[in-house]
Amino acid sequence: MTTPSTLYQKLVASHTVAVLDEQNVLLFCDLHLMNEYTSPQAFAGLHEAGRGVPVPGQNVAVVSHIIPTHPVRWRTIQDPPSALQATNLKANCDRHGIPLFDTNDPLQGIEHVIAPEHGMVRPGMVIICGDSHTTTYGALGALGFGIGTSEVEHVLATQTLVYRLAKDMRIRVDGVLPRGTTAKDLILMVISRIGAQGARGYVVEFCGSAIGALSVEARFTLCNMAVEAGARGALIAPDATAIDYVLAKAPDIAGDVRAQALAHWATLHSDEGAAFDAEHVFDAADVAPFVTWGTSPDQAMAINATVPRPQELADAVQRSSAEQALRYTGLVAGQSLQGVPVQHVFIGSCTNARIEDLREVDRIVGSRHVAHGVRAMVVPGSGAVKAQAEAEGIAERLVAAGFEWRQPGCSMCLAMNDDVLAPGQRCASTTNRNFEGRQGRGAITHLVSPAMAAAAAVTGCITDVRTLEVPA
Amino acid sequence: MSADHHTIVHGQAALLDIANLDTDQIMPKQFLRGIDKSGLAPGLFYDLRFDGEGLPRPDFVLNQAAFQGVDVLIAGSNYGCGSSREHAVWGMQQYGFRAVVASSFGEIFYSNALNNRLLLAMVSEADVQAFKAQAAQLRGPLAITIDVQQRMVRSAGHSAQFVLSDRHQSMFLQGQDVIGASLAYADQIQAFAQRHWAAQPWVKDVALRTRARLQAQRTQD
Repeated sequence: MTTPSTLYQKLVASHTVAVLDEQNVLLFCDLHLMNEYTSPQAFAGLHEAGRGVPVPGQNVAVVSHIIPTHPVRWRTIQDPPSALQATNLKANCDRHGIPLFDTNDPLQGIEHVIAPEHGMVRPGMVIICGDSHTTTYGALGALGFGIGTSEVEHVLATQTLVYRLAKDMRIRVDGVLPRGTTAKDLILMVISRIGAQGARGYVVEFCGSAIGALSVEARFTLCNMAVEAGARGALIAPDATAIDYVLAKAPDIAGDVRAQALAHWATLHSDEGAAFDAEHVFDAADVAPFVTWGTSPDQAMAINATVPRPQELADAVQRSSAEQALRYTGLVAGQSLQGVPVQHVFIGSCTNARIEDLREVDRIVGSRHVAHGVRAMVVPGSGAVKAQAEAEGIAERLVAAGFEWRQPGCSMCLAMNDDVLAPGQRCASTTNRNFEGRQGRGAITHLVSPAMAAAAAVTGCITDVRTLEVPA
Repeated sequence: MSADHHTIVHGQAALLDIANLDTDQIMPKQFLRGIDKSGLAPGLFYDLRFDGEGLPRPDFVLNQAAFQGVDVLIAGSNYGCGSSREHAVWGMQQYGFRAVVASSFGEIFYSNALNNRLLLAMVSEADVQAFKAQAAQLRGPLAITIDVQQRMVRSAGHSAQFVLSDRHQSMFLQGQDVIGASLAYADQIQAFAQRHWAAQPWVKDVALRTRARLQAQRTQD
């Protein structure tokens, strides 16, 4: 009998080229995604050392972070250094034969949206990217994680990574998500409970009936934000939902290969009795629409709760972090967030800019209109998402309701392009980080689900979406 | 002044007591627009160092005269969490930092730092508190010695063991060419890839084949 393995251990073992020491292996990487801002120095280092890219077909690049999202037909990057990043990316891809989704490619989009939607993400793969939200791919049973630029160079040169092994954590969520709540609310609740460092050093495997009931797109949202608890990866064992998604997106998996793939994917689960280094259990029934009140994603609460009083927090570090966060966000301990006015609503990012997210926004908005004094932006995750939403009439309805319908990109999630908030502006945002200054210096971010963002847009303030919904 | 070798770092430390200080705050977005690593020192901790008008905030530790030239940071837990941007590490080094002492670090930042020989001394929370208490009593930096061989951080009044893997220790001491070392495995990597793709043909050239399929679809449309 072999020792029972976790899914994570199986994925590492099946990609280990060599064991370097007790803590490190040389890990083979099946797919490496690149963007324009964390890869240039890696290519430069590669060229300086006279090295090449031996396996270009396992690499792909996209212009995503600096791209403007104005609704124009032909996109021009006005900022000269940013424009240089885009042309430099194309030159590097051309030089090494790496496929690229360039600035004006109709399928351009956010890395973590385009890779799975075109079938590049398949169960059992190891996928890395110079972007921390690469944990997203765990939704399909692929081990994804973010790397730095030195490691981007390493992958380009060797198609491997010197990989420090992580510990195993299991997070079980059973039960049914209540009406008005989504995977976004679930992950915000989990992060608020375990903390911004709660999964640091671990790869988290999500399991339980509430996870199994999630759509693949909802699972992307969940795994995407596991990194905000410090996780080095997130995984969900691929089930029929995941496999159906992949087969629908990857027409090349057919015939004998399909049978071979299905047989392999059936092995991708943690064995009965596999040991986890840590475990958490949550009840989906406890989830409510969540909203952040501070400047770290773990500073989040249910919409019907009140902002914590720092002096009541037991931990000194949490206390001082909360005090600083409240100074920044201009909120008062003990207050409710319901009714707090917002000047901006942002719907986008690798967390929540897929078609199901936009359908949810459309459903909540219904015949309502964006509130006076609110600027509400929708930035679809990719060209394909945008086209789909336009075909379904979502774009037209949202524009009629007063939303801006923009071009795909990372946009105001990190405000690296020209979508930047002014100081003091308060934004209900479907993104992943509410750090100080993230969306603009002095701007205040409240992380919420797409439904909650829609509710904020039409009411002009942070609103419990359940009060707007007509019960089915 | 710092020693010019890597065995022992003799440093002057400033205290930045903020938990979960993310890489967005260490190196904000507007400084990420280059295609090389240069010019990042002005961006380090930009919103903490400068006010809305771009003027130095006098209360920020690195803006105080006594703290000019510090090269070690004593930081809060989970330092460097968030974005993978290696610019945060490059910027710290360009500013003059050689080491950070904290009880924990963001995972990607940790790898990035060690890949650039920015020393991270991970000590217990109690030890951080002890160094913090000492630093807080001074009007200037805390003199600190980090012995990489012994994995010890020492000040005049306190010493603490820190965690550093053997691999990271030798990377810091010797400044290895990690890619060069991995390329020594080139034959094994190639043999692995052949076996891997034979067993899982659906992952071979997945990016290239997908791109070609999408291109062909567009031509048809």
